[in-house]
Amino acid sequence: MRHISVEPPPFFHRGPSPFARLAFFGLLSLALLFTDTRYRYLENVRQVVAVALYPLQRVVQLPGEALAHVANYFSSQKELAGDNAALKQQLLAEAPVVQGHQLLQQENARLRALLNVEKRFQGATIAAEVLYSGRDPFTQKLFVDKGESAGVQPGQAVIDEVGVVGQVTRVFPYMAEVTLVTDKDHAVPVKVERSGVRSVMYGAGTGRLPELRFLSPNVEIQAGDRLLTSGIDGTYPAGLAVAQVVSVERETGQIFARVTCKPLAGVEKSPHLLILGRAAAIQQRPEEPAESDTPRKGRGRRRG
Amino acid sequence: MPHLPSFAYARPDEILLPVKPWFVILTLILGLIGNLIPVSGVALTLQPDFLALVLLYWCIQEPRMISVGMAWCLGLLMDVADATVFGQHALAYAVLAYAAEYFRRRVLRFPLWQQAAQVAVLLLFCAALVLLVRVVGGAPMPRWTYAVGPLVGALLWPVLTILLQWPQRLRRSQAER
Repeated sequence: MRHISVEPPPFFHRGPSPFARLAFFGLLSLALLFTDTRYRYLENVRQVVAVALYPLQRVVQLPGEALAHVANYFSSQKELAGDNAALKQQLLAEAPVVQGHQLLQQENARLRALLNVEKRFQGATIAAEVLYSGRDPFTQKLFVDKGESAGVQPGQAVIDEVGVVGQVTRVFPYMAEVTLVTDKDHAVPVKVERSGVRSVMYGAGTGRLPELRFLSPNVEIQAGDRLLTSGIDGTYPAGLAVAQVVSVERETGQIFARVTCKPLAGVEKSPHLLILGRAAAIQQRPEEPAESDTPRKGRGRRRG
Repeated sequence: MPHLPSFAYARPDEILLPVKPWFVILTLILGLIGNLIPVSGVALTLQPDFLALVLLYWCIQEPRMISVGMAWCLGLLMDVADATVFGQHALAYAVLAYAAEYFRRRVLRFPLWQQAAQVAVLLLFCAALVLLVRVVGGAPMPRWTYAVGPLVGALLWPVLTILLQWPQRLRRSQAER
């Protein structure tokens, strides 16, 4: 059998060899990986590419949207009338709560004005629709159809009709990326509705339930407790429903109880979301006199 | 009525027409669109990386047109579309393109379904590379279903090959008449 050479004959000029190209682009990728994880220099590049991709993403949405329109068109009038009646009933049932809430809000605003406390949350809420959920199996993210052009800013909380869904983490001109509460190491400061115990809920990644870490075994918590946002982080307004405790394991010999919980909101299901107004800038945490962030600052203070 | 070629893999002795560059670009864009289809749940698990598959096809068939550099650029696009770390898909696609160029002569010798088996290995290797990058970056290990997408991709390989080869055979059979 004749041996076929892998190398091309010299008269076919083909530029650098495949391995040289691989080495070049491989090293370039590694450099990019390092730069993007360590520093956030490349966000502008990402913005530009995202805008270029946007038409393609819209094209992909079109068949689904068209189908939804057709389905809407053919939904029977009886069905619509039924829905309408049910919604009116619901509105009526919730009216006392809403009115009470308005009253409380006014009262709260007055008291805050008296105490000279700044408003904690400002800006309008923005209704958004889910474009698609991220394909990356390592993270829990989704994309919504409102972006910088609609006034979305990074850090805003995102909720659905039941509870907290996540937080805006990246904003593109026409869409925004929302990191879900189930994303690995996404933290939400919560408190137990029943007992008022404060804690932080950490997401555990795809397919796993979030958990409360570092709670001592004797803490006042039980399965079925609802968790609300505590509002002490300046990102999530206080009092939004987040999750329900699924199980509490108290083992002797363990320093902490193992508390798992299930998000209340349809974190991966709800098609319609609400982006809440941005939290007003909270005051910086006062520096502790004993330890300083950088040696330079510490020296300065000692000198002064 | 024009005579259409049978819907099958080209015989080894059949000489194909040169491929049109616009057709390659069009199929790559279609592959990208395939990756952008909004799905969730089981469909998301089953969804193969269409772009990697089309890229692999052209790297094997037309290595002088599509190779490592092009694969790298498409990888960057996927990084933005998936909102993943910059360079993750780029690295995986570049290595995939290199592997395709290295193994192309071997792959092309086999019948389609045996090619699919080799493509499965290449796609799994590409997925494993992404996994490695992410786990080093601190991501949790995904479940075993992570490997389903590449395997579905490999199953699609015969259909994809026949489809992408068709325009090159179509003209040929017309010319013969």
